[in-house]
Amino acid sequence: MSILIDSNTKVITQGLGATGLFHAQGAREYGTRMVGGVTPGKGGSAIDGFPVFDTVQEAVEQTGATASVIYVPPPFAADSIMEAVDAGLELVICITEGIPVLDMVKVKQFMRGKNTRLIGPNCPGVITPGECKIGIMPGYIHKPGKVGVVSRSGTLTYEAVWQLTSLGLGQSTCVGIGGDPVNGTSHLDCLRMFEEDPGTEAVIMIGEIGGNAEEEAARFVKEHMKKPVAAYIAGVTAPPGKRMGHAGAIISGGKGTAAEKVAVLEECGISVASSPADMAQALMQVYRP
Amino acid sequence: MNIHEYQAKAILRKFGVPVPDGHVCYNGASAREWAKRLGDGPWVVKAQIHAGGRGKGGGVKLARTSDEVRSTARDMLGMTLRTHQTGPEGKVVHRVLIENGCNIARELYVSLLVDRATSKVTVMASTEGGMDIEEVAAISPEKIFTEAVDPLVGLTPFQCRKLAFSLGLNGKLTNKAAKVLSNLYTTFIACDCSLLEINPLVVTAEGDLLALDAKFGFDDNALFRHLQIADMRDFDEEDPNEVEASQHDLSYVSLSGNIGCLVNGAGLAMATMDIIKFSGGAPANFLDVGGGATTERVTEAFKLILSDKNVKGILVNIFGGIMKCDVIATGVIEAAKQVSLNVPLVVRLEGTNVELGKKLLAESGLNIIAADGMADAAKKIVRAVSGEKGHASCTCSQPAATA
Repeated sequence: MSILIDSNTKVITQGLGATGLFHAQGAREYGTRMVGGVTPGKGGSAIDGFPVFDTVQEAVEQTGATASVIYVPPPFAADSIMEAVDAGLELVICITEGIPVLDMVKVKQFMRGKNTRLIGPNCPGVITPGECKIGIMPGYIHKPGKVGVVSRSGTLTYEAVWQLTSLGLGQSTCVGIGGDPVNGTSHLDCLRMFEEDPGTEAVIMIGEIGGNAEEEAARFVKEHMKKPVAAYIAGVTAPPGKRMGHAGAIISGGKGTAAEKVAVLEECGISVASSPADMAQALMQVYRP
Repeated sequence: MNIHEYQAKAILRKFGVPVPDGHVCYNGASAREWAKRLGDGPWVVKAQIHAGGRGKGGGVKLARTSDEVRSTARDMLGMTLRTHQTGPEGKVVHRVLIENGCNIARELYVSLLVDRATSKVTVMASTEGGMDIEEVAAISPEKIFTEAVDPLVGLTPFQCRKLAFSLGLNGKLTNKAAKVLSNLYTTFIACDCSLLEINPLVVTAEGDLLALDAKFGFDDNALFRHLQIADMRDFDEEDPNEVEASQHDLSYVSLSGNIGCLVNGAGLAMATMDIIKFSGGAPANFLDVGGGATTERVTEAFKLILSDKNVKGILVNIFGGIMKCDVIATGVIEAAKQVSLNVPLVVRLEGTNVELGKKLLAESGLNIIAADGMADAAKKIVRAVSGEKGHASCTCSQPAATA
């Protein structure tokens, strides 16, 4: 079992340019059912075996896809998300980095009352090892298993997954929720899904400075989760007022520091790794596979 | 991106938000000329730097005659202004704003920002103008009033009135305030702001509202559709290394330590800084080379790190996903040759094509300390920088030759 995606998930790619095509091919090699792509104006053609459609609506009708992955450039990505939502897809994963935050504010409002789940933007994607990979993560570091991983950062997720795999611990699903201040799915949303998923026994949550999503998730862990959770928060050494790569990774007005987050997480019974090299170890302290 | 106060006020003026009449000047003589043109005084001379707390640092002064405007402007231009936001090194004043003074009856506070929790633009107002809003939030949060804005409807008149009444405004001032708030929201959306702060928004003795100071933060991701705003960027106000980095699509932040870091991915880059600290060292920078780094970009990154004279060692930490380790290794080798590397270099590679990457580094003939895992890498660079003898020969798993 897993969350969000499995071997039955049919996926279309929005934005089959060089990047989109490269990752669509990678996902197909991994075994993901990549059923087509959307590039407005190129409908009816095919690129490397992927049928191309003009609209998401058409792609969904023709292929039966339930998920889409977006590689559309930042100025147009918000519109692509809304098109996917309008077409009724269950899951939309937006990889694009650099979408204006006010575009995302509109997207979020547009999505209210609709049934689509958005992951990202500015994220590596989602993988259920051995079944389905949607996004840009290297498939081979993963291993099927029972640990859920949720993170705001791409490469730091790989780091955690690698530590788990090296210890012989496989993963149920790994979700990159992205580094933007306004995004589709939060840490809390993922923890709730992991708690309900019979295939997940424990969770690693990777957070960073900025906002208070980690604290919100921690309170959920304390009040509602039975499964063990370990965490790591990046940015202990980050100076205030500076954007650390991710648009959302900024300590503003003295709020959103790593120390603050770690304190709340520990208070809520989460095993927090003080070093990024010990994320899997921190989980082992609270989880016996 | 940030801009100067005089630029901020020009934008506000365009959107119908009342600001004092004023003009930016670069020397004392023109300051005097502009003062005369603006009115009969008194005037306020304001140092233009990208930092708050200018008043306390001597960067805001009242002048009663146009000669006084000239002498005050002269004194201010070229001075190094130190405030709680500039750090101890301060910032040199290159421009001053000459403005008509006004009769202040009350000082209020207004700001707009994107609230992450609600994913909406939020308008925040307070009766405690002129104070640090964080301080107000800590001491008397009941004096802060907020309204979240539905992005599809915009800030409504009733929300503006609610805020105005909360601020204790009445009569004609209610409508004036509602107009100001509405125009501020229009500005925020039209310019893709991340922050718009008016502190203070003053009520004058004559019963008008005036934005006496203005601070803008712009969403860097949206600058592509605001070229006029992008042109307002003042490179003198930014760290030269950070400017250089942005020109090469590198995400870089200067820090005060002595271990340079080169990492792929923002989260891993932060974690790398943290583990250096955890291992007893101090990071000199945050640097994310990004997912699609080329040999050129890695070379630029190396040059950038080494241009910081505090750097006594470099840690390269790469988890190759899409980024292939052999590409990074080639970049490191190329860069080390170009920049004549003379500080210890620890490299940790993991991920796609890792064996090929390691092989390239080992065969390069460069004095590279190889590391297995982040913890090992951090330990090795901290030890190398702290000057312990024999680090390279005893811990290096690869043949080390002098570059």
